[in-house]
Parts: sequence; C-alpha cells; structure tokens
Amino acid sequence: MGETKTAGTRLTGSEILWATLEGEGVREVFGYPGGAILPAYDALRKFPIRHILVRHEQGATHMADGYARASGKVGVAIGTSGPGATNMVTGIATAMIDSVPLLCITGQVSSKVLGTDAFQEVDITGITLPVTKHNYLVTRAEDIAPVIREALMIAKAGRPGPVLVDITKDAQQASADFDFAAAAPRPHRPHPMLRAESESVLKAAEMIRAAKKPVILAGHGVIRSGAREQLTALAERMQIPVASTLLGLGGFPASHPLSLGMMGMHGEAWVNHAIQNADLLIACGMRFDDRVTGSLATYAVNAKKIHIEIDPAEINKNVKVDVALIGDLAEVLESVLPHLSARKSSAWVKEVNAMKGECAVRDIQNLPDTGHLYAAHVMHDLWRATNGKAIVATDVGQHQMWEAQYYKHEDPRTLITSGGLGTMGFALPAGIGAKVARPEKEVWVIAGDGGFQMTSPELSTIAQENLDINIAIVNNGYLGMVRQWQEFFYDKNYESSPILSPDFVKLAEAHGIPGATVRTRAEVLPAVQASRERKGPFVINFLVEKEDSVYPMIPAGKALHEMIRRPGHNPLIETAQDA
Amino acid sequence: MLHTFVALVEDKPGVLTRVASLFRRLNINIVSLTVGRSEKQGTSRMTIVSEASPTAGHRIMASLYKLENVLQVDDIGQYSSVSRELALIKVAATPQTRSHIFELAEVFRARIVDLAPESLMIEITGVESKIEGLLQVLNESEDRILEVSRTGRMVMRRGEHTSRVLDAMRVAGVETKDEAEEEIVEIAAEEQV
Repeated sequence: MGETKTAGTRLTGSEILWATLEGEGVREVFGYPGGAILPAYDALRKFPIRHILVRHEQGATHMADGYARASGKVGVAIGTSGPGATNMVTGIATAMIDSVPLLCITGQVSSKVLGTDAFQEVDITGITLPVTKHNYLVTRAEDIAPVIREALMIAKAGRPGPVLVDITKDAQQASADFDFAAAAPRPHRPHPMLRAESESVLKAAEMIRAAKKPVILAGHGVIRSGAREQLTALAERMQIPVASTLLGLGGFPASHPLSLGMMGMHGEAWVNHAIQNADLLIACGMRFDDRVTGSLATYAVNAKKIHIEIDPAEINKNVKVDVALIGDLAEVLESVLPHLSARKSSAWVKEVNAMKGECAVRDIQNLPDTGHLYAAHVMHDLWRATNGKAIVATDVGQHQMWEAQYYKHEDPRTLITSGGLGTMGFALPAGIGAKVARPEKEVWVIAGDGGFQMTSPELSTIAQENLDINIAIVNNGYLGMVRQWQEFFYDKNYESSPILSPDFVKLAEAHGIPGATVRTRAEVLPAVQASRERKGPFVINFLVEKEDSVYPMIPAGKALHEMIRRPGHNPLIETAQDA
Repeated sequence: MLHTFVALVEDKPGVLTRVASLFRRLNINIVSLTVGRSEKQGTSRMTIVSEASPTAGHRIMASLYKLENVLQVDDIGQYSSVSRELALIKVAATPQTRSHIFELAEVFRARIVDLAPESLMIEITGVESKIEGLLQVLNESEDRILEVSRTGRMVMRRGEHTSRVLDAMRVAGVETKDEAEEEIVEIAAEEQV
C-alpha cells in the first residue's frame, strides 16, 4: 500500500492520481476516456487498477454506486470534462440522496483557459455543488495526492456521499514529488453536533422499557453502520417488530419472526397499521422520507419517537421526535442495550401477527395457474430459486416495489436500488458494479421495459467484460408506475405511458448475450434456472400482465393507514383480510 | 423570525457559494451577509442574517456544519451579544439645507464624512434600528437620500461581565435597550484600559 513508491518520487500528476488510488486500495474504476482526462488514461497501464469501460458516464457513476452499495467500499468513476462530466450528474445525485460513498474524477480543461468557454469546458464543480458531499477543483499536480486522499475520506466519513474531484489537464501533465504518506488527510472533523448524550440514552431506554406497542423503523443506516447484530439484539430482547424502509431491506433478515417487511407507500397493510397503532417508534438510520410517512399530520400520532441518526440535520426535519440519539447506529445501540433487560413475550407482537393474518403465509407459488403471468410470480419464483441470497439490483417503478414485496432479502447489501432519487436506468449499471465488487455472488438485475431502455447500451459493457449477470426484464408494455397513477388519479388517461420496446432477446443476441422470452408461469423457473446455470450473462424478457398495479398503495398526501387494498378481482388476492 | 448565524469558514475560493447555496436550497432569503478575516489565520468569519421559521435554526446550523469548509457555527440569536452595522448615507443638501442634517447627525451620534456643494455623506454605526431610525427621519424631513450602503449585521457574543459592568447595566435601565447596550460596551472598554 503505497510503500512501493518511495517518499519524494517525481511523478506526473496522472501517475500521482493512480498511485494515490492504488495506495488507498482502489482496484477497480468505471470510466470513459476523453480529451481532458487522456493524460490520466495514458498512465493507467502502469498501475494494477482494472478499468471497466462504460458506454455512458451515467453508467460509470451507477456502476460505482452499485459497487459501493454491494461492498461497503468507495466506488470510483472517472470521465472527461464537459459532456463527460455532466453525464455523471444523475448518478452523483442518486448517490447523494441515498448516502452512497463515491469518488468521481473528471478531467478539466487546462488551468490557463479555465472560465473561457474552452472546448468541452463546463463548470462541473459549480454544477455538482448541491449534489455532492464536497467537491474540488485541482489545478496543480502537487495537490492531487492530498485531495484524492481527503476526498476518499470525506466520501466514507459520517453520513457517506459522493465527492467529485475535477483535475485540469495541465495538472495531470505537470510533475511533482509524490509522497503517499505525507499526503494523508487530517482526521475528519466529526460533525460537532454528533453526540448521543448519556442522559438521552437513559431516556430512550426508559421509553423502550415503558412502551407497550413499540415498532423499530430500520433504514439504510442499519446496513451502512453494520448494525444488524445490535438491531437484532434490541428487537429480540424487547420483542419489538421491525419494519424496514426500501433501502433498509436486508438489514434485518426477512425470515426473522419479528420482521414485518417494507413500510410506506407500497408497504403491506399490517406494516403501516403497526406503525400507525404504535406507542413508540424507534427510528434507526432512516430519515422519515415522504414515501414512508404519508401525510405527516396523521403519522403515528400516538407514538413517541426515538430517532437514532448520524446526520444531525435529519433530526426533526420531517417528524418531530422526543429523543434524538445522534451518532453511528451500531455504537448508539451498543450504549442503549445495557439498559434493557429481556422481555419474555409481548401482546403487541401477537396483535401485529393477528393483523398479518393469513397474509403472513402468503404463498403465491401455490396459486392456481390462470394462464396470466404476474410480475409478483416472477419475483416470488426468483426469491425461491435463489433462497433470497442473491444480490438484486432493481430499477425504479412497479417492478421495484414488487421486488421489495416479494423478494425477501436475508442479508445486508443484497438489494441495490435507487430509493431517494428514483433514478430509472439504475439497475443494469448498478448490477454491473455489484458484480465487479462481489464476483463470487449471484447477481440479478431486475428492470422494467422502460427503465431498461434508458441504460441498455451497458449490455455491451457486460459483453466486453464477460460478466456473469442475470438480467430480468419485467415487460408490461407500459411505463407501469406512470400508468398506475394515471389509472388511479388521472381517469385512466394513459398519455405517453404505453411504450414500444425492441425484442430484448434479439437485442441481447446482438451483444452476443443469450436470452429467453417468458410468457407463462410455467416457463418462469426453467428460464431462471437456465440463466443461473449459465456462466456469463443471460437476459430474460418476462412478458407480464399489462395493466397490473402495485398494492397496497397509499395515495400521495394520504395517511399511512388509508391505503388502497388489493381489489377483489385481482388473482393475487389470497385472503379476506387483503381485500 | 430573524436568525443570526456566525460561521467560521476556511478562506478558500467557492466557500461563499457553498454557504449561500445552502440557504438558496432551503428557500431561505439571506437578509444580510458580512464576511471578513477572523482572528484565526486562513479563516473568515461570516455573519448571516436570515428570515426563517423559529424551528429552522437547528437544521440550518446542522446543515452548515455538513459543509466541509465550515469550521464552526453559532446560532447567536439566543445569547446576549453585541450587534453593529455600519452605513454610509449620501444625502442631497445645499449650504442652505445642511444645518438640520448636522443636527440630526449629532442626535444619532453619526458623523459627516464628506461634504460637497450638492450633497453630504453621513457615516453611522450602531444597531440596525438606529440606522433605520436615521433613514426614517431623513425621509420624513423630505431630505433626498441619494445613496445608501450598509454592511449588514455583525455580531459577537458578550463575554463575562464584571460587577462594575453589571452595575452600569442597572443604571442604564432607563434608556432604550439598544442604547443601554452601547453604554455597557463603552464602560467595558474603559475597564480594559
């Protein structure tokens, strides 16, 4: 780690860039070359760093994002100035809102012509200012090593996020002394408001002990902080049911008896009813997003709230809380746990389980085959086939919600999805990043026919890298979630939501990737198994029911308990409680 | 309500944009913003006055701290502090109309710092209400204000008070609060000498 380069070695800025990344342990980067970053690319071959050539810089950022989410490490994306840099903005914003540590490196025109509208010049530090945790413009070779090291540290520290480093072409070309150790950043200043005072810890513990109907709200922080053990201890010791946010799925095992599943807009009815009827909410590394609270005025009105969160700016932002414990989730839970002694049984857990009713044992696999293929079938069969252990990268829309409902994640870092920004086109590149990060894991990309077409050129990246990725396209011929909203809220005016797609199997074949089209329930498992058994990529085009909707659904602005339940005629209805 | 934040920030390009952008994103208007070097090398001190809901203070402060270049933030509104603003006011005035402006300046403890045949310039330092007061009187006396340049609010928390200063505060109780504060500052300054 860096020792190979002796202190004071004279290197070009480009060499310093790669040597610093190498010293920091970076082994894979996702990128696309171009004029202003060419000096850096010229030096790349001297370093043991694998470069995955993407087809669009947005893909590079989503890949770095998927890489980071799957591994917990910082994902690195690199591109050129101007359009290369602006193409990264969507991926950076996606990572920002979901707190994913990224390092984005962009080339910039020479410092001598900065601000002159030179060819492919764009003010990318200005553009990305609101969507990065921090960013830098580097104009001198000697600044590259300290800036890159500091950027990596900032990306990981506290609440993680993307950091962009814009390096001028002349800084890449100039020479400077390189000393990896001397370029070490100062320790990161912890957020000064970062503290879980012992008084608050005691108060929280007392509230937990006194609560009759507590619910844990498990968010992305559980995964980021690695707090599964502490969270499980809290839930089991005090017999508290655990509801998860979309990004929290996998943080707590879905098969655990205390697991409720996903809360919020498309959460199952019992989850949201449990929250609305609770007398205590213990929010763990989540931010009370509007998609999980519904109307704030009616949100869990009878519940006291404890908020454990690493970002002090999230406290009382959407939901006023009674106790805030600011800090790393695992550490805070460690400090709370000694104040709690085990509870044997809980009437509340029985009550929540009763709310689940027969829904809890929903097993759509056993439903009679009516000749229709529903997306829920696909998700369910995928879950069964992979034992809930695969890494699944999903896109945004209906299939994303069905996946969250029917694919029961057991482990952290196995669901990779764009939660906050809702970025269509995320799944395919994010799945690539996840596979590069965790080559030993089975990776599934699940996308709709709309979102898949936004980044489908990355199929070519998969082919070039020969990545063993399973791709499931849930194809209903619509921008499904748009159609659903049009059905519910716009008098079925399906304006611009029907979408024509190419034959995805032929598209895959054009990339040298085999595939299959699935039209019936009976074909699902054989196709899934064929894909799993094949070494290398495989595309399955699932032609599913066209006008199916995601239920339950809480219309925007409605209270969490005012959900639209599954209609009676829906073949996925299992029990009277579901109607 | 008006919030006053004091932020110690790194003296680097783009830091002002980051701070200003944070308020922009929260859709909060900055009423005044003053920046200058602080007592610590390489750092600037910003005083930011903004109009936001009473509960917004915590979130703004927490968000400011999330900016990597921000070293220290203080939401000063809740503490005893000294607040000052400097204004330069150019008023149209002929030799015939000058004298009453001189009188006004005297009352407001302002100074005349420039005199021309058609105009004069007043320098006034004090709390905002004092400056507003002079501007109002000038307007009401139908003097034509040609230009106004104001620095915006600068604030500093008060230090520990000695008994003499506390005595002076009780004596000064009859005056308006702002004026009393000025007196205390003057006494405190004397004590130091």
